[in-house]
Order: sequence, then C-alpha cells, then structure tokens
Amino acid sequence: MNILKFLISIIFLINFFSSDLKARNLETEITKNLRCLICQGQSVYDSDSEFANSIKILVEKKLDDGFNEKQIYDYLKDKYGDWILYDPGFTKNTYFLWLLPILMFLFGGAIILRKVILKKKKL
Amino acid sequence: MKTKIFPIFLIITFSIIFFVFYKGLQNSSIYTPEIKSKIKIPNFQAKEFFSKDKINSDQIFIGNEYYLLNIWASWCIPCKEEHKYLMDLSKKENIKIIGQNYKDSLDNAKNFLAKLDNPYDLIFLDNDGTIAIELGAYGVPETFLIKNNQIIKKIIGPLNQNLLFEIKKLIQ
Amino acid sequence: MASLIGYYSLIFGLGVSILIVFLSIKNFNHTQKLDTKVTSLVFLQLLFVIISFSGLILSFAYSDFSNETVFNHSHTTKPLFYKISGTWGNHEGSLLLWLLVLTLFIFVFLLKSKNQPKQYKILTLLFQQIIIIGFFIFLIQTSNPFNHVFPVPKEGLGLNPILQDPALAIHPPILYLGYVGTSIIFSSALAAVCSNNITKMWASHIKKWVLVSWIFLTLGILLGSIWAYYELGWGGFWFWDPVENVSLMPWFALTTLLHCVLVLEKKLILTSWVVILSIATFTLSMCGTFLVRSGILNSVHTFADDPERGLYILIFLFILIFLSFFIFLIFHKSEKDNNQTFYLLSKETSILVNNWFMMYFLSVVLIGTIYPIFLEVISSQKISVGPPFFNKLILPFLIPFMLAMAIGPKLKWIKSDIEDKIYLIVFFVISLTLSILIIKNLDINFLYNTILITAAFYLFFITLRDFFHKRYRNLSQITAHFSFSILILSILFNNIFSSEIITNLRINETYQTQNLKINFESVKQENRQNFIAIMGKFIVEDQSGSMEVMQPELRIYNQPNIVTSEADIKTNIFTDKFMTMNYVQNQDYFNIRYQVKPFMIWIWISTLLLCFSGSLSLIKKKYEN
Repeated sequence: MNILKFLISIIFLINFFSSDLKARNLETEITKNLRCLICQGQSVYDSDSEFANSIKILVEKKLDDGFNEKQIYDYLKDKYGDWILYDPGFTKNTYFLWLLPILMFLFGGAIILRKVILKKKKL
Repeated sequence: MKTKIFPIFLIITFSIIFFVFYKGLQNSSIYTPEIKSKIKIPNFQAKEFFSKDKINSDQIFIGNEYYLLNIWASWCIPCKEEHKYLMDLSKKENIKIIGQNYKDSLDNAKNFLAKLDNPYDLIFLDNDGTIAIELGAYGVPETFLIKNNQIIKKIIGPLNQNLLFEIKKLIQ
Repeated sequence: MASLIGYYSLIFGLGVSILIVFLSIKNFNHTQKLDTKVTSLVFLQLLFVIISFSGLILSFAYSDFSNETVFNHSHTTKPLFYKISGTWGNHEGSLLLWLLVLTLFIFVFLLKSKNQPKQYKILTLLFQQIIIIGFFIFLIQTSNPFNHVFPVPKEGLGLNPILQDPALAIHPPILYLGYVGTSIIFSSALAAVCSNNITKMWASHIKKWVLVSWIFLTLGILLGSIWAYYELGWGGFWFWDPVENVSLMPWFALTTLLHCVLVLEKKLILTSWVVILSIATFTLSMCGTFLVRSGILNSVHTFADDPERGLYILIFLFILIFLSFFIFLIFHKSEKDNNQTFYLLSKETSILVNNWFMMYFLSVVLIGTIYPIFLEVISSQKISVGPPFFNKLILPFLIPFMLAMAIGPKLKWIKSDIEDKIYLIVFFVISLTLSILIIKNLDINFLYNTILITAAFYLFFITLRDFFHKRYRNLSQITAHFSFSILILSILFNNIFSSEIITNLRINETYQTQNLKINFESVKQENRQNFIAIMGKFIVEDQSGSMEVMQPELRIYNQPNIVTSEADIKTNIFTDKFMTMNYVQNQDYFNIRYQVKPFMIWIWISTLLLCFSGSLSLIKKKYEN
C-alpha cells in the first residue's frame, strides 16, 4: 500500500516537472565543455569574465552560421589549443587516460574471478 | 620469483610518479596558449570608431606595410600604462597603429583619447569581443605585429620599454 | 605577543615530539604497561599546538598586522566571525589546523585504546609522531604562520570575499577531521603489521576510526559542495575540479576500507588488502594535500602556490610511501588466506564487488586528475580533463554498481541463496516502468538514461522495502544504501530536469516566455560593514500565476576590491529556484540567470542521511560492547 502511494506521488511529481521543460540547448552544451582562459578553473558557461561572455556570443553566431558542434570545437582548438576543451577526446595524447582506468577495471575483475570461480570448479 | 617482480615494479612506478611530480612542480599551472607565428589574420568586418562606417579587414591591412594592432579599452587599467609606448611608436613613419576598441562605451573611449592623445591611425569597434576571439586574443591589452596579412608577433598584456625596443628592431 | 607565544609553542611542540619518540622506544621492551609519562607527553604536545593555534586566532581576532599571515589575509573592517574563520582560510593557518587535528587524534586514540596490546599502541604512536614531526618541520620551515612584518602595516590585505561565508568557515575544520583522521588508520595499520596484530579485534577497533574519518570527510565534502552551489553563483554543486577530486579520492578509499573492515571483523580474510587500503587512504589524503598546496594543478580554489612547499610535501609524501611499502614487505606475514576462495553468492563476494567498483572509480578520478601533469611533463602538451571525461567513465559503471548494492547486502556470509526472488523481480519491473515513463517524453538518450534510472530506482525500492521488512537489523547499512540511491536519483533528476533562462534586463524591463515572466522591479544600494550591496528585486511569475520575489545581490567588497554575486535561492522540497545577477561592463543592463533546479535539497538531505547512517553504525557498536 505504502509503495503504491509512493508511486502515485512520484508520477505526480514527474508531471509537475515536465511542464517546465525545455529542449536541451546546444549552445549551453558547447559552452559547458569550453574552459575559460581568464578564470581557468571554470567553464565558459559558468564564468562571467569578458572573455567567456564573448565566447558565448561567438558560439551563438557560429551556430547561426551553420557550424556544427565539432566545427566550433575545431575552430576554438585552432585558436587556443586543446586545453580549451574539457572533453579530452580520444586522441594519441589521451589513449592512456581512457584506457588505463578500463584496464584497471578488467584487472580487478580478473582477480575477483580467480578467487570466486576456482572454488566452484573444485567442488 | 613472482613475489620479487611485483615490489620492484611498484618501486619503479612510484619513482616515476615522484619524478613526474617533481618536474611538474617547475611548470606553471597557469595556461597560456602557445604563440604560433606566421598565422594569417582572419577576415572580419567592423565599424570604424569615429565615422561608424563598415570596414572590412582587408581594407585595414593593406600591402606589405607593418601594422601594429592594439586591443584596448578605456576601462582597462594596463592600457593606460602602455599608452605612452604607443604614442612613441606612432611617431615612426614605417608602421601604422590600428586600435581595436574592446567592449567599450564610445563616450568613455573618446574621453580616454582626448585626455591621453590618440596614437592610432585607425580605430575599429569590437563591441561584443568576437573579433578579439577571431584573432585568438583573450584579454586586454593585447598587441599584434602584422605584415603581409600575417601575425609576426603577439604580445599578451601591456607593452613595456623592452617590447617597444623589440618592435622597433623588427620593423627596421 | 600572541604570535611570539604561538611560535615558541610550535618549537616546544616539536621538542616534545622528540621526547615522545625517545621515551616510547625506551618503553617498548621494558615494562608491561604503557608508561603514563608517554600519554602525558602526548597531552603536553596537544596543549602546545592548542596554544599555538589560539595564538594565531587571537592575532586574527585583534587584527595584529605585525603577523604576516594576518596581514595577508585579514582586514579591520571584516566581521569578527570571518576574522576568526580567516585563521584557517589560508595555507599557513590551515596547516596549523592539520597539526592540531593530528595531535588531537593521537591523544584521543591513546585514551580510547586502553585494551589494546602495549607494543601496538607504542608503534602507532611512533608512526603518528613521524607524520607529526614532518608537519612540524614543514610548518616551521616553509609555512610559518607567525612571521613578523616590520614596519607594522596599518591595514591588512583582506580575505577573499568568496571565503567570507558561514559554510566555508566550518568546511575546513570538518574536512580536516576527515582527512587527518585517516592518519590514525595509517599509523595503526602499520603498527598492527609490525606487531603482527591484525586480528578481528583490531578490525573492530579500527572500524571506529574509519567510521569517524568517513563521516567527517563526507560532511566536509557536503559543506564544500553546498558552498560552491550558492556562493560561486553557477548553480552547480560539483565541477570535477581538481580540488574536489582530491577530496573524493580518500573518500572512495575510506568507503572501500569500511566495507572490508566489516569482513575482517567477522572473518580473518583479506588482511593484506585491508592494510594496503589503510595505507592508501592516508597516502591519498597526503597526495591531495600535495596537489592542492603545491599549485601544480590549476583549480578554482588553489592556495597561493609556492614550489618550495610543494617540493617538501612531495618528498615527505614519498618517504611515507616507501616507508610503509618496506614495512609491509618486511613485516607482513604472507597470508594464510591467500588461497581462500569465495562462493559466488556470498557476502564476501559482494563486498569484493563493492571494492572492485570503488577502486575503479578511484582510479578514474586519480588518473583524470593527474594525467594532465604527466602529459605535460612527458610531451609538453597541455590538455584539460573535465566533467565529460568523468561522466563518461563513471556514470555507466554506476548501473551494475547500484544493482550489486541492492542485492549484495541480502546475501549471507560464506554461502547463500537469493531469497524473495519474486520481490526482486517485481521491484525491477516497477523501476523499469517508472523510468520509461519518466524518460520517454524527453529529448535525451533514451536507453542509457532509462537503464541508469532503473538501477537507481531499483536500489531505492529494495532498500526501502528492507526498512520495513528487516526492522532494525542492519539499520545503518540499509540507511546508507538507501541514502545513496536518493543521492544518485536526485543528482540524475537534477541534471535532466534543470532548466534555465539567461538574459539581459534593464530596470523595469520584463522578460517573458510562454510559461514564465520575469519582471525587474528595482535596484537598491546598501552599505554594510565591509561591502556595498546592490540588491535587485525581481518578480517571477509562472504560468499558474504564482509569484515569487527574488532578490539576488551584487557585493562590492572594500578590501580586496572584488565584486561577488550572491544568488537568491528559494528552496522547497521539490525544487530550488535560483537567481543570480551580474554586472556587465559598460552597459546599463544586468545579466540575469534564473534556474529551476529540481530535487536540489534532496542531494543535501541524502548526503546528511549518509553521514547519519555512519553515526548509527558507530552508536550501535558502543551499545553492543
């Protein structure tokens, strides 16, 4: 019974929020992935520096000009270097970055498998 | 055998980490974009400062003359400091100084020039700062030495005596 | 005067350290019991550090600008509360706080572990003293908080205004209690290895310390997050910034350790692993200190960087690493449980699975944080590793992790079967339907988000049922897993359902969309103690006609001259409304950011609940004893 009540209230909640929804904004997505050069710990989206504000306007302009996400990134990377992107991407510089954690995961899994399965076979 | 390899492997790993951190300490953590030389200046459109006429970048940077493009604003304090060096350079015949008025109010900018004199041969407006980004700049002041539509030198921050000297030498 | 006393107390404190080391070594083989002199000396050391710390607080409170630290970080017009909290809002003062917590913990440890073997206690004390001496020397040599300035300046340089905030005033002490608490775990694990004292009894003894550190670390991270949420004015609460990552790494290690110690308490297995984790936890805290204090990383919250300090911590860190490494190699008895294996369906295995995922998350955060340093040193390429990296590598793995979290605790020790299979399946179907209902109308990746939310809901329902079903058995575990599910759910929903409006408005202008109207009514200016407040008044009307007055603020601080933006946040149990106002250079309008952030408060509540579940476990232990 309790669970049922809970379900109803959750569904109610969802309706409550979906009314307020907007489609995800590509410009926001892009500026969140750009790092500000003035306040270097923040994204362009979060920052209010002059530089960040100009980048926001520029991204908007470029989108209007028909640039896609990747073209905008390439354009900015060309001007300011790879550093400006928060997403390091999968390039020759970042093979280790992406693969090392995955390798660790597989390695850990292997250790556990050995501990668990072996006994089963013995039985 | 196996028990020996593992500790040695760990010791080596830790030593490498130590070494990398040690080296890393000497690098600055503040990022500045690499200054590439010989980049072509992008094509852009802007409004002229006094007349408000639209001009294109290829009308500004013509032929094989030297141009000094200076990004400035009246609210920028270091711009006041470097102003005297720009004045000095403006006396030189073989270089044209172009001002890029960055996110400024027109009145303040005019007051600024009236008070401190105008070193610029031409000024164009960059109200939303996007032209600065086209040029790969990210702050004020920034200065570019341009010849043949190529940026030969880029200076981040205000000019000083040494930089002035360097520019003079380059354009000799 | 206070500075002078503070400084000499530090020197005396270091002196006492050497006495303690000397006396404990003498005491080690001689008598049966721990010499009471040792305990008194530890107390004396604590006293000296307290005096020193009080000296610094007094210097701050009375704005004694002959002290360099006070001069650099304080100002006469600052409210007294922030003068005092400014004591630990800077590098030197916060290190003194570290030292205070270090000495406090070892004293409490000695008081609380009367029943432990003497040699083990002395060894713990010795290892802890190595750390303490390291910090004393670090403090006195490179970051002396009591440096003198002459001539005495009339006014100080002031504290960064974004640090003048109640949450941030208590954030460092709480966080350090967590960070530094791990030092006891480190010392005690090494001592236990040396004296061959790794037993079930040791496990339940060290569990308390693990819990205490874990609770404080969780609370500290929470406070930092809350602060970032309302003070940095971005509306976010976690940015995968290096400083945040650095606090998350020991948290992962501690959480893993907590689960392992639970096993060790019941069965003598995984001993090596527990020792390694105990060492790793403190090492990661130290590594974090190094990364933050040396300025090697670029972050929003960096302290003033000084390569000399960085070098000192780096060397100290690696001395500790190699020391513990060799102690482990030499003293640790090769395990009896090495060949021990587990059944697939057993509590042991499920805890191993927890460890597996936790270690993976830890490696993602660690590698993501330090990779740019490696790349720059090796190939002088500079890259940023930001939120997209962590989201891509962590979020998908949360799915199996949460499923395991739901099922794991149901398993019994050694060998078991899954009971109540029907319930497990029913709940899964419910979670799946619910997630599909939520996601189907949204413009986001359907499959991925559905599975993610299903897993979170599943954990939620299973733990919720356990509350009623199991009554009070394992209450702390159920609460912890339950609050984790709420945490993940609210973070996911917050991410998916947040909406925002960014616009420029002049006074008396109105911004209107189909379902929202923002009216910029007025601006007024007020002079406060050390800043000028510019307060905007906005009326936000949504489609149902309900009105809300929002009053975001700009603060122009006098010293240092910095403008900060104070968000106005209206919170209720469903959603947060968040508005900030920003000044735009040379324009007559303000930049307005209005955000609706659902379930925000549940992120805080669930984390608090998580801390509470830890405390439950602590209390339960006492009760049983």
